[in-house]
This record gives sequence, structure tokens and C-alpha cells, in this order.
Amino acid sequence: MAAAERALTLRGNARVRRRRIVNRLVEGVATIAALAAVAMLGLVVWSIAKRGAGDLSWGFLTKSLPLFGEPGGGIAPLIVGSAILVGIATAIALPVGVCIAVFLQEFASPRVRAPIQLVIDLMNGLPSIVIGIFVFGLLVYGHPQNGLAGAYGLAIVMLPLITRATQEVLRLVPSAQREGALALGASRWRTVVGIILPSALGGILTGTVLAVARAAGETAPLLFATSIYATTVQWDPRHALPNIPTQIFIWSESPDPADHKRAWASALVLMLFVLVTSLVARAAFVRSRRKLSR
Amino acid sequence: MSTLPLTERLEGHRRVRDWLGDRILLLLTFGASAAAVAVMVAIVYKLVDASHLAISKFGISFLWGTVWDANPAKNVFGAGTLIYGTVVTSLIALVVAVPLAIAIALFLSELAPRGVRGIVGSLVETLAAVPSVVLGLWGILVMGPFVADHLEPWLHRWFGFIPIFSGSPSSSGVLVAGLVLAIMVVPIVASICRELFVSVPDELEEGALALGATRWEMVRGVILHSSRPGIAAAVILGLGRAIGEAIAVTQVIGAATDIHVSLFAPGDTLASRIAGQYQGAVSNVQISALFYLGLILLVIGLLTNLLAQVIVRRFDVQRAGAR
Repeated sequence: MAAAERALTLRGNARVRRRRIVNRLVEGVATIAALAAVAMLGLVVWSIAKRGAGDLSWGFLTKSLPLFGEPGGGIAPLIVGSAILVGIATAIALPVGVCIAVFLQEFASPRVRAPIQLVIDLMNGLPSIVIGIFVFGLLVYGHPQNGLAGAYGLAIVMLPLITRATQEVLRLVPSAQREGALALGASRWRTVVGIILPSALGGILTGTVLAVARAAGETAPLLFATSIYATTVQWDPRHALPNIPTQIFIWSESPDPADHKRAWASALVLMLFVLVTSLVARAAFVRSRRKLSR
Repeated sequence: MSTLPLTERLEGHRRVRDWLGDRILLLLTFGASAAAVAVMVAIVYKLVDASHLAISKFGISFLWGTVWDANPAKNVFGAGTLIYGTVVTSLIALVVAVPLAIAIALFLSELAPRGVRGIVGSLVETLAAVPSVVLGLWGILVMGPFVADHLEPWLHRWFGFIPIFSGSPSSSGVLVAGLVLAIMVVPIVASICRELFVSVPDELEEGALALGATRWEMVRGVILHSSRPGIAAAVILGLGRAIGEAIAVTQVIGAATDIHVSLFAPGDTLASRIAGQYQGAVSNVQISALFYLGLILLVIGLLTNLLAQVIVRRFDVQRAGAR
């Protein structure tokens, strides 16, 4: 009875009521904010799907780029070029990134680790246009544009991502495994190559796939390196390679509505690739993490 | 152990191989790390070296010079307009994004039921995975017209007496650029803040609740209060992202060469000016001026990241000490 009375008086207290209302209000605002972010993603994806799906066809995926002002055409050269660029970038960034992570986690003393870690973190925060103009100054200025320069730029974007992802899984490898291998008389390199890297493989692959998804959509490192190219499929990375992000950029700046339609359809292709790969990688990461930490 | 010559030889063999393997692996991994450091040094060196011409011609006054004239007769370049544009777009992005991001992080760390938490959390992170060129395309063709038709007339009607909301609405301009940047900044700040909020010791939160605080009072007094330095670091990282974004801004900002007071008018930022001139640079001075812009961006990028690191490191020590 006494408790009920107290509850009644509590409800009657204006201050308490106000505090409760404020609390409700803030909770509501936070929920709405989260919903708004999700809605924003939905809106972007939906409007790309709506505008891009109509022009997406087998012909669009397999034909050469349209000549200036001509109708039709397709994006086969862009898909091939982007695949080559990202492929080369991955071939550079994956081994280097994994090596750096192994050095930082397995070998480096704290005093050596700190500056290298700092450089990796700073590299991760570099604006990609700075990478673009660096690559331009180093490899393109004074030469013709070439795909290799673009691929190097993308590799600089990917490197810190792969390094960090690998470091994270290396940290998760139970130290019992490491110590067990060493206690059995295995050398350091056998421990790393035979025990640690295999159990970290899932996480490394996930990190790489996420980095690939990121690099596939990067425009700024390519803009100065490989943006003036032929309209047909190009295989040789020593020449400028057509690629999806740069072409979307060029088409989006064009006043021609037909170019806008092509941009939407290309954006849909790019988005599908990025979303599917990063979602799959994330799901796989959660699984491999659970397996490791068990 | 046995002293048979054969096993001894094998043993010796293995020892040599292990020694060699260890050396090679160490060399390889150290070499990779040294290469990363070398790339970073090369970036700084190249940008300083390539902007030498512009630095010697315009000096430090490049930073406030507002003329950008590639006409061969003039060839005068200054970054004043661009720095103004960068500051304004980044401020708009932060003003819109930071409260939103903190609210999202609170929702994810405190309010959402477990199942919802994972889904909404990964959707917010997916927003960060949208390529900037795609977001820019969406910005110029979908959001721009919407802002010009609805948001800007509304702002103009109610706040038109403030100069920044004067002028006629337009689908590409500083405001649209700031809003697009906000969409990019939200997931960054939200995911850092969420981790911060989750790491607040449960005893503190439960203590506040046990003292009769409502959830909001607990959030304000315990979570937000104890995470302040971390939130600052997150905001700085978001700011760095907003300042450095080139592509999406180039698509929506409208590439103006002079300063407009109105946010509805076109402008340009450091990063978007570089991106916008990818085919247009003719003279050596102009190219060098672009490198100068890149150098300014590099310095800002390094400073924001270092600052965020310092804050986080001090904060980590503090929190570890508090436990």
C-alpha cells in the first residue's frame, strides 16, 4: 500500500514527469536519427536502382563505350579496365600489407612499431585526391597517362586497410598457438607461415575483399592517371585504362541526359559490386572472428 | 639425444634453414614496412618539390589570394576562395552530421534491442561503403534538385534575413556540397562514437541509474561526459574526411571562382579544385599551383590525423587509469 502511494506521489511530481518526458524525447530523437541514416542509405540505393535498372542490359555490359554524342554503347571497357586496375593494386597491396602487419605484430619492438604504425594510420587518413596528385607528379607528369600509375594509387589506398585488418586478426590468434609452436622447437618463420597466417587467413581475406570494394569505387587516384582513354576494351596497363568510377564522374559532369542515364546504370553496376562484396565480407568476418575467439 | 652423425647433420641442416628462414622473413616484413614509410616520405617530398614553382612565385600569400586566373597573360593563382569554400562546406557537414552521428551511436549502444543493433549498425557502416562518385551523382541529380525546390526556399523564407540564406535557390552549390559531405561523415563519426559508448564501464552507467537518473541523464552525465575527448577525436577524423573529399564535392559544388556569401551559390574547395582541373591545367605554374593545393591538403590531413591520435592516446591512458 505504501509503495503504491509513493508511486502515486512520484507520478504527481512535476519535476519527475518532466525528466521522464525529456528522457522519452531524447530516446525518440536517437531512434529517429538511426532510422534516418538507414533511410538515407535506402534512398540512395533505391534511386540508383530505379534510374539505373532500365538501361542495364546484356548489351550495355558487353558493348564498347559510345563515341562522343552517339546513342547506345556499353561499359565493357570500363569493367575490364577497373578489374585490371584493382587486380594490380591488390597484387601489390596484399603481400606488402600482410608483411607489414606480420612485422608489426610478430617482430617489431614497441619503439620500432610506433613510428611505422603511425605512418600506416596517417596513410589511411590521406585524402585520396592527394594520392592522385602524388601519383600524377611521380609517374604521369611528362609521360602519357597509364593504368599502372592508377593502380599504384589504388594500392596506396588499399595498403593501410589490408594492414590494419591483418593486424586485427593477428591479435586474435591465441597466443597459446604461437607459444605452443615455439615450445615444440619450431622457428619463428615456421610459426608465422605454418601456424599464425593459416589461422588468420579468413580475416586477411575479408580485409582484402573490403579493400577491393573500397578501391573499386575510388575515383580521385585515377583521375590524373587514367582518365583519357580509348572507347574500346584495353588490356595493356601501360596505356590509359577505361574504368568505371572515372567514367561515372565524366558522365555526371556532362550536360547530355543520355550520359546521365549511362552514369546511373554504371553506378548501379558499381554499387551492386561494392555492396555485395562488402556485405559478404562482413558476414564472413563475423563468422571467422567467432571461430577464432572460441 | 643421440649422437649419430646423420641426425646431427640433419639437425645442423635444420638449424641453418631455420636461421635463414627467420632472417628472410624478418627482412621481407621489415622491408615492406620500410617501403610504406618510404612511400609516405615520397608523397611529402613530391608535393613539396612539385609545388616549388608556385611557392616561389606566390609564397605564403597563396593562402589568401582570391584570384585564380589561368589566362596565360595573367597566370595568377591563389587558394583563398578555396580555403573559404573548404571551411564552409566542412562546417555545414559537421553541424549536420555530428549531432546525428552521436544520436545514432547512442541508439546503437544504449537503446536498440540486440537484433536490431547488428542490422542497423552494419547498414550505417554500409553507408560509408557507397563510393563517393556514386554519392556525388546522386547528389547532383537527386538531392540537388530536391534541395533547390524545397529546402532552400524554406530556409530563404524563414531565415532569409541572414545573408547566408539569401539569394536564389540552386541545385548545385555550397549547401548541397555540405549536405553530401554530411552523409559521408555520419557513418565515420557514428561508428567511432558507438565503440566509445560501448566501452564506458558498466559500473558507472549502472551506478548512475541506481541513483535514480533517467536514461538520458545517465547518458549525459556519464557516457557523453566521459567520452568527450573521444568524441572530439571522432569529429576531427570526420572533419579530415570532409576537407579531403574531392570527387563528390566537385560534382555538386558548381566550381565558382569567387566567394559568395550565400550558401545557395556555387563555390569550390581545395580538393574539388584539384579534381576539377584534371584535364584543364595548361601552364607549368598552374600545375604547380595544383600541387600547392595538394600540399595544403596533405598538411591539413596529417595534422587532423595526428591531433586525433594524440587525443585518443591521452584518452586511452586516462580511461585505463580510471579503471
